Amino acid sequence: MDRHSRRPASRARTHRAVSPWLFLLPGLGIVAAFNLYPFLTTVHKAFTDARTLTPGTWVGLRNFQDMLEDEQFWVALRNSGLYVLLVVPFTVLLPLLLALLVHKQLPGVTFFRSAFYTPVVASVVVVALIWGWMLDDRGLLNGILRFLGAGPVAFLGDEWLLLLSAMALTVWRGLGYYMIIYLAALANVPRELHEAAAVDGAGALRRFVSVTVPAVRSTMVLVGALSSVSAFKVFAEVHLLAGPTGGPAGQDTTLVMLVQRTGTGLNGRVGYASALSLVVFTIALLLMLLVLRADRKEDR
Amino acid sequence: MTTRTSAWEKALRYLLMLGVLAVTVGPFLWQLSTSLKSTTEDIYAYPPNLLPEQPTLDNYAGVADIIPVWRYALNSLQVAAANVVTNVVGASLAGYALARLRFRGRRIAGLAFVAALLVPLESIVIAQFTMMRDLQLNDTLIAVVLPGAIGALNVLLMRNAFANLPYEIEEAAVIDGANVWQRFVRVALPSVRGTLAVVAIFAFMGAWDDFLWPLIVLSDSDNFTLTVGLNFLHGTFQQNPRLVAAGTVIAVAPLLVMFACLQRYFFRGVGEGAVKG
Repeated sequence: MDRHSRRPASRARTHRAVSPWLFLLPGLGIVAAFNLYPFLTTVHKAFTDARTLTPGTWVGLRNFQDMLEDEQFWVALRNSGLYVLLVVPFTVLLPLLLALLVHKQLPGVTFFRSAFYTPVVASVVVVALIWGWMLDDRGLLNGILRFLGAGPVAFLGDEWLLLLSAMALTVWRGLGYYMIIYLAALANVPRELHEAAAVDGAGALRRFVSVTVPAVRSTMVLVGALSSVSAFKVFAEVHLLAGPTGGPAGQDTTLVMLVQRTGTGLNGRVGYASALSLVVFTIALLLMLLVLRADRKEDR
Repeated sequence: MTTRTSAWEKALRYLLMLGVLAVTVGPFLWQLSTSLKSTTEDIYAYPPNLLPEQPTLDNYAGVADIIPVWRYALNSLQVAAANVVTNVVGASLAGYALARLRFRGRRIAGLAFVAALLVPLESIVIAQFTMMRDLQLNDTLIAVVLPGAIGALNVLLMRNAFANLPYEIEEAAVIDGANVWQRFVRVALPSVRGTLAVVAIFAFMGAWDDFLWPLIVLSDSDNFTLTVGLNFLHGTFQQNPRLVAAGTVIAVAPLLVMFACLQRYFFRGVGEGAVKG
């Protein structure tokens, strides 16, 4: 007690230097142990022939060479790439239109907003099961098609239709999520801009192109970046609709499905799966940078 | 546009909103309807029966006979509850330090969280799986919780929330001689309740809905979470869509109820969080 009162300044200083780290400890510990450290081991394992039960030895670039000759890798890369190309335009545009639809304060509009968010809340597994049932040869969609006089479509039997169905599911699931982001952005668009354009006689389409789009352009870029990264990493939708083996002859496998399939199990090729993981990481990062860069260029 | 909405525009808007409602909510209602149809009813009827002829709850009992769906729900609940507690506590502590405390190494600590955010979880699952096996934690619910126990995004969200507080609110407490911990608990934390709620909701939803990681780390079917269990149901009993439908309704209903109750917080926070994060 005596010492305490004699050197209060020094004690306070120690306290001030230590306590921030006590606050940070749990968060930093978890993130370092379960995010950053596994990333470093992934980089290391990518250059080894590790298996589930053996640590493996250094093999240099062999995993990457194997990848070039692995037919499944090219199929998976193609599918994940197509996913980005076809899903992103829709996730950038449709939610924006949806946000414009529910942006205006009308009675009951908050109900519609929350209702449109329902698919986001529901687990992807639930959603995929529901869609699997709807897309079934004898499911609701084919029921409707038959009613309209069209023949049954084997949505889940054909490799391309299956992939397109999974993409449609991804777009559908993202509608509500990206709509909210756009709503936040639209709230910041000055109403006067619209009114001035309306007074000048601009129609709805004209106002959309020359007032709304420029005002939410940076949000569109953000949505583009977020959705291209998540489209590239697609796993659950395809895994559930196509089954663990990736549809007919494995033709619907995506990159993350390939990582999961090769890296797990008692005889999992951990080294090879790590190399694949590095490819996923690199392309996801490049996609993000690419989109953000495109944004900066247009600003000049 | 300038003053009021024309009747035509209103009608068109409501019509479009109803159309989107049918597309977004319709599939869930169709699933609910399927789950209530009895075995004597033809679920493949043409044209499709939108409403069950004689609604029954038999399929809910049936799905519990085939997979321990309530046990899976309990597993999911434990995982989600743990995830909420660890994320709320851990992210607010770390976020407070990053936003309000001055110390050497603050910038590097902040960068560690940003770096973690840039690593897609999908690209490290194999390493995480190997790690859990080495720690002999694989096939436990603890292993399901740990990697996402304190999300980097949540830490950054909390940092932003604390950083937006005016300094004056803590000054009085400093003058009164309150230490860091007292300022954090009594002054700062109550001021960021909105963001805390968003972190809590996201943590719950994220854990309840997660699929890839529990699928990889869990192998004993007793430990399955609902999502993994449902996947199993899907694979084995695809022949009876009524049972699958009942299972999905069990999995989605609690979340939808929770969402309906908390949606006010949610809508305020999701937009903010996504733009800032």
